[in-house]
Amino acid sequence: MPILEGQGVTKYFGGLAAVFNVDFHVDEGEVLGLIGPNGAGKTTLFNLISAALTPKSGEIRFKGRNITGLAPYKICRMGVARTFQTVKVFADLPVISNVVLGSYFGKSRGRSSAEALGEAAEWLQFVGLSAAKATPAKDLTLAHQKRLEVARALATQPELLMLDEMMAGLTATEVAEAMELVAKIRKQGITVIMIEHVMKAIMQVCDRIMVLHHGAKLAEGTPKEIATSKEVIKVYLGEKADAGS
Amino acid sequence: MDIAALKTKKNITTGVIMLAILILLAFVPLYAPGYPVILLSSILMYVILTVGWVMFSGPTGYISLAPAAFFGFGIYTTAIIGEAIPFAVVVLIGGAASFCLAMLVGALTLRLRGIYFAVFTFGLLMLIANSVNYYEIHFTGTRGRFVMVKGYDLIYFYMLGIFVLLMIAATVIKHSRYGLALISIGLEEEAAEHCGINVVMVKVMVFAISAFFMGAAGSVMATKWTYIDSGIAFYMLYSFMPVLMALFGGMGQLFGPVIGSAIFTYLEEVLITRFPEVYMLIFGIILVIAILYLPDGLVGLIQKLWKRFSERKHANT
Repeated sequence: MPILEGQGVTKYFGGLAAVFNVDFHVDEGEVLGLIGPNGAGKTTLFNLISAALTPKSGEIRFKGRNITGLAPYKICRMGVARTFQTVKVFADLPVISNVVLGSYFGKSRGRSSAEALGEAAEWLQFVGLSAAKATPAKDLTLAHQKRLEVARALATQPELLMLDEMMAGLTATEVAEAMELVAKIRKQGITVIMIEHVMKAIMQVCDRIMVLHHGAKLAEGTPKEIATSKEVIKVYLGEKADAGS
Repeated sequence: MDIAALKTKKNITTGVIMLAILILLAFVPLYAPGYPVILLSSILMYVILTVGWVMFSGPTGYISLAPAAFFGFGIYTTAIIGEAIPFAVVVLIGGAASFCLAMLVGALTLRLRGIYFAVFTFGLLMLIANSVNYYEIHFTGTRGRFVMVKGYDLIYFYMLGIFVLLMIAATVIKHSRYGLALISIGLEEEAAEHCGINVVMVKVMVFAISAFFMGAAGSVMATKWTYIDSGIAFYMLYSFMPVLMALFGGMGQLFGPVIGSAIFTYLEEVLITRFPEVYMLIFGIILVIAILYLPDGLVGLIQKLWKRFSERKHANT
């Protein structure tokens, strides 16, 4: 059974269909890549799943339960965590406090402060930020802030983690490290959906890829299928020019 | 000695000092009856309003201009039911009334951010003041009400009690996970929500708890004025003063607003009696200087000086 399913999910911004009638599913334990040109509706779809936005129509089910229209904090407590395209760390708070908020209030809530702090420290180690524990989040590099967001999301004990452009703006080395991190997360048994523009990363890390274009689902398949799909190439590179005529 | 031990030692020292101050304050009516008690009561009034304001608005950055509404609710509670039941119960009801008002207002308006929230809360104050005025004139047939005097010592002890309870509540919340949640809401509300924080609930509850203390303070202070009407009870300065006093004292620490409002009130009192013609002018200048040159308030300045001093001490050894 898929851990997350959507049926006919639709969202308009004014007259523009940002996401239109999209069906999708994510299987337990897989890494699903979500790609598409700018403005294709990828982040909007994330916002719909995490309930930052409410769909106009359609239904989203998590582990068989309809979660459409629930409050974001409830969705988080059910086990769906996310990061943000433009990082939203708690800038003035120390790194460890950023993460411990996840342990305090996520699916993991109800633990003692000591337990929550211990867990937060473990997640910091997991993403490789142990050394920066006491640093205010705003003083981290962009790559580290993105890692911090991942740690904070993981601290809520998700079963499904949504990563929104974790690798955008990172150097080649940082991208490689981020890819390792995704692999490590999957090893923990956490299902991942990731939006990414870094094709190398998407092709290597994902089990399956879904392509959005103008708010609609254009293609879906294994990385190999997507890489060779004519439609996808057309969207990304444009139509072959008819030089002869 | 490790850091934890140092911290406990520091906490114990702070606790002992605070207890000593409290005992000292509790005996003020004995060794300095009369004017000092009255002055201290007004200082406590502003301290309660300011700490109550900082408790919510400090971490969240939601600038509330509703304190006067909560304070006035307490005042009217006493004016309406003050003589029928024991005073302690009246004060509790005054606080509870403000608590309920804050829950209602909070649930409706805390989705507004920044300037919109500030303007709305101020509009709410105007709405309540004018509604009460309208009701009094058209239904009870009077403009104002008389309030039974309870004596200055009693007012003082009640204010001291409310102050102590407020400080305990504010400290507990600040150091709890909800205090951290409030800060996260102030920094990145959307992210806070996606971390599993029931943002609306946390905001409304803390807003209402702070309103409880403002309302209780209003219930007590009502007995000092003997006559009240909607203009006195919902005087808009009770909304602005806490903001100014908090800025003056500094919001980083809880004792910032305490020190800020205490000095501010005392200063106002001195200026009003010594320089009645120019007091507002001097007051304004002090405030402008404070905002320009003390971005972290008085307490921020003290901490900065202390740091410099202790660094020099270390350098000498």
